[in-house]
Amino acid sequence: MKLSQALLNQDRLALTRILTQVENNSEKGRAALNELFPHTGKAHLIGITGAPGTGKSTLVNQLALYYRQEKDYRVAIVAVDPSSPFTGGAVLGDRVRMRDLSGDPKVFIRSMASRGNLGGLAQTTSAMVQVFDAAGFDVILIETVGAGQAEVDIAKLAHTTLVVEAPGLGDDIQAIKAGILEIADILVINKADRPGVENTERALRGMLELAHPTTRVFQHHSQRMVVDAPEMSKEDKKLWFAEIKCTVAKDGEGITELGEAIDRHIAFLRESGGWASRERTQLQSTFDSLLRESLFNRFLDELSPEIYEKTLSKIMTREESPWSAVQSLLNGRKA
Amino acid sequence: MEEGNIRVLVAKPGLDGHDRGAKVVARALRDAGMEVIYTGLRQTPEMIAEAALQEDVDVVGISILSGAHMALVPRILELMKSNGQKDVKLFLGGIIPDEDIAQLKEMGVSGVYGPGASTEDIVAQIRKDVPKRA
Repeated sequence: MKLSQALLNQDRLALTRILTQVENNSEKGRAALNELFPHTGKAHLIGITGAPGTGKSTLVNQLALYYRQEKDYRVAIVAVDPSSPFTGGAVLGDRVRMRDLSGDPKVFIRSMASRGNLGGLAQTTSAMVQVFDAAGFDVILIETVGAGQAEVDIAKLAHTTLVVEAPGLGDDIQAIKAGILEIADILVINKADRPGVENTERALRGMLELAHPTTRVFQHHSQRMVVDAPEMSKEDKKLWFAEIKCTVAKDGEGITELGEAIDRHIAFLRESGGWASRERTQLQSTFDSLLRESLFNRFLDELSPEIYEKTLSKIMTREESPWSAVQSLLNGRKA
Repeated sequence: MEEGNIRVLVAKPGLDGHDRGAKVVARALRDAGMEVIYTGLRQTPEMIAEAALQEDVDVVGISILSGAHMALVPRILELMKSNGQKDVKLFLGGIIPDEDIAQLKEMGVSGVYGPGASTEDIVAQIRKDVPKRA
């Protein structure tokens, strides 16, 4: 029997083999993706991102338990950790926090190294997710590498993005910066038993209020003043207002409430048409990057290596700028 | 990348809590360009075989200091075989008496490394034992 057929019949060995082929972007992997693609598009993809040490893996462990116990979903986890920029090696340690899931045949955890990709995911993470989707997992939890401020690729892949924060990581200026906080559908303040949680919550809530004011809250000489915001426009009613949830993942506190917030977000996506538009963004970004890569490769194939080298050395001697070199290569100049 | 990196599961079965050796080996394999999945302490043979399957590793490296190797090793090998993972190589480290080594190798253990073993030897042996795969 073919491997992809075995995968559709829930064979775990076939699944794990195909995941490897896809991760390595091999010929077999691409063939399998072609066959599996018609079976994709059903799973709910949840992204979990945030700074290193905020408790992403522990939270993923708890969310997976929630989906197993409350909903009897089949749960897949893709956990990405960084590769060494020097040796290409990696230590993938997310499983250490996910011991509770061991022995459950309806949970499948796969660790991935980022293999030089920036943005918080590996190059082939979205293809790996497609494989899990075809294999019939109901929910796929995607944990990014410990992310700084701008690793926002996850928002293009996931239906629902959780950004995990912890008390003490930044003030209200950090909270109004562009980047990772903007992509949150749900902001999770984990380690909420630690001191400083009120400050973190106030800073994040203030940031959200600035984005979509429902009421206007002013802190003026430590007086709190609340004024109703102007009537919401029709456009605004179609917007999702990011929720803030506090959790203590190591003890399982706040997980049910977080799960319910995720449910509300899915329901919102389905009603508002957001599900389809996220699907479009995701497939478009896959399509675009494949197109870019194959056009680049095709162009290099057609270009003789001597011309490439000659152009490169001209750039290195500052005879020609990279911009003009590209332009003239595209215009068909022969060196 | 057409050819994958070598993937290694590093696990510590049994009840002793000393994982420094396992961490040193994990770090050395990382520096040799391998992808190491580290699972931490107190793993059962079932947990190790399950992780080896889900991660589709080429090598499983386990560290045992408790003296339970003659019980744990055959169980892990048997579970991996019944999962269909027949080509995965098992490496063993920790405190293993010399008189057990021959028997362990007969069971299918690829290498046994005690205190003082060089991490370079472990890397070289893994590179030799694991065929390139696409």
